[in-house]
Parts: sequence; structure tokens; C-alpha cells
Amino acid sequence: MGIEQKAGDMGIVTASLEQLVNWSRSSAMWPLLFGLACCAIEMMGAQGANYDLSRFGMEINRASPRQADLMIVAGRVSRKMAPVVRRLYDQMADPKWVIAMGDCAACGGVFNNYAIVQGVDEIVPVDVYVAGCPPRPEALIDGIIHLHEKVKRMRLNGELREPVRLS
Amino acid sequence: MALDNATVLGRLRAALPEAILGSTEFRGDLSVYVRPEHIVDVARFLRDDPELQFNFLENLCGVDYLGREPRFEVVYHLLSFTNRSRICLKVGVDEHNPSVPSLTGLWPGANYHERETFDMFGIIFTGHPCLERILMPEDWEGHPLRKDVPLGAEEVAFTFNQDRIYAHKPFAKE
Repeated sequence: MGIEQKAGDMGIVTASLEQLVNWSRSSAMWPLLFGLACCAIEMMGAQGANYDLSRFGMEINRASPRQADLMIVAGRVSRKMAPVVRRLYDQMADPKWVIAMGDCAACGGVFNNYAIVQGVDEIVPVDVYVAGCPPRPEALIDGIIHLHEKVKRMRLNGELREPVRLS
Repeated sequence: MALDNATVLGRLRAALPEAILGSTEFRGDLSVYVRPEHIVDVARFLRDDPELQFNFLENLCGVDYLGREPRFEVVYHLLSFTNRSRICLKVGVDEHNPSVPSLTGLWPGANYHERETFDMFGIIFTGHPCLERILMPEDWEGHPLRKDVPLGAEEVAFTFNQDRIYAHKPFAKE
């Protein structure tokens, strides 16, 4: 505020750099093309025409981790798959975020056995957990919107501002 | 025409009498118990006999009968396309020396089945070209489908015990 009133309507918008960066990061967040189990079907459903994730600037799934910002771990992670998931995460460029979609990715779900990692947060740092077995596309989109709100609270040095209540 | 179980068993007993320990029949399905050292001979006879022609190894797996002697069992299912007939071969495997001759020389498709059986039960298939783990990570200790391996991997966190569990859970860092 300020310069708009003084300079008149010249097609200029002023904002802080932090807001601009966070706006661009949260409005075009590209997920990694990456599905492990049945949750991936719901993720595809969320991206399809009915639920239309492209409303949030996320219609484009990158098949290369170098071009992706968001890793949606959709499904159970077996212990043999765990190093691969970690490697994909390490190959993503900063800043990067992780959503653990579904009960299996969040805590192991019904698979409390020798083969499945009990929560993907043992491998990669998780920002948002989405509950459900599998979660409906609405639930995934809700988790994604929560993540967008979190990204909008980021300072330029990577710290988080105080949480804002979603109305 | 489908082959009669009695005919199959009769030909097998006539050809390799010392290899057969016994046989059972359940709802028309024939199972034959074979001595471990003779399993390759029996399988080769069933495959190459012009009348039987069990030339397809459908399946090969292990079973753990904990507390029974012998403890393990390897089960082979053979199919004859020509005769529309199936046969099941069972081999008892000792707990202290769990080794069976490999069938990879007869059916190359037995390779992955035997690797999986080795991975899950620790049964050694002698003569196998590359007996390594196939499903579990290389550094996993033990064989997960053995009955003395505990069922649950980790304690489940609820509200009353999550503080204790999360205190030592290996959460990932950046």
C-alpha cells in the first residue's frame, strides 16, 4: 500500500518479495509422477477431470525428480523400495515438500509386518499427512491446500511463520 | 483324455521305486512324497516320459511346519498340457541341513521360484546358478516366512504410548 495511491493506476502491484516467492511456489507446485499402490489411483482421480487438480496449478506431473517440487508418497513403501524413495527425494531440487498420502505412507497402516516401512517419515521428512485407506480425492486436495497454506507462511530463510487458522 | 491318477502313480513307482515315500489323494489331486536326493530324477521322468508329459513346472514354494520333523517342505506343482493333468510333488527338508537339489537344470523357470523360497525360508537349492535374495533387501537378517519370526514388525503407536515410541523412532532428517 502506498505507492498505488500516489502513482495512480499504472498497472503496478507492490508486494514483499517473500509474498511473491511464496505465491509462485504455492501456485505452480509440480508433483513427482510417482505412485506406489492403490492410493495412486485416487491421486490420478484427483488429477482427472472430475476433481481437477489443475485448479491449483498442479496439473503437470513431472517424471523427473529434478523438475518436481512435491513428492506425494501414494501407497505403502516396502523396505526394499525405501532407498529408492530416499534417492528420489535427494534428487529433487530445493525447495521441496512431501505429502504422506494414506495410512500406509503415514504409519504403515494395516501392514505391520517385516516388509513395509512403518511410516514414510522414517525415510523422508513429511510436511502433510493425509489419512484414509485410500483417502478420497477431496481429502488429498484438502491436504494439498494445507500444504499451500504452509508454503505461504514460509520466510525467505526457510523458517515458518506462526500458523494461520484456516476458516 | 485326462490321465488317471492310479496310472501316473503306477508308472512312477515302476520307474523309480526307491524315490517314492508315499502318496495322498485329495478330491482327485495326487500328491507324491519324494526323497530329497531323488527329486531331480522324479521330475525328469515325469517331464520326459512320452505317456505322462508333465512338461510344465507351474509352481514351486516352501512350507514351514514348525515342530514337525522334517520341519520344512518344498512343494512342486507340475502340469501336463497334453493329458490335462496335474501332479504335486512334496519334499521334506531337514531343519539343520535345509538343502534340496535345484530343478533349474530341467526348467529354467524354476530359477526365481527357488530364489524366493530361499529368501523366505532359507532353503538351499544345490546347483542353483545364482541363489541370492530376490524380494527382501540384501541386509535383511533371517528369513521372514519362517514361523519363528515374529509377526508384527513394530509396536503400534496409540495415544497412550506414542510418546514412548516416538522418542526412539528413527525419524528422517532433511
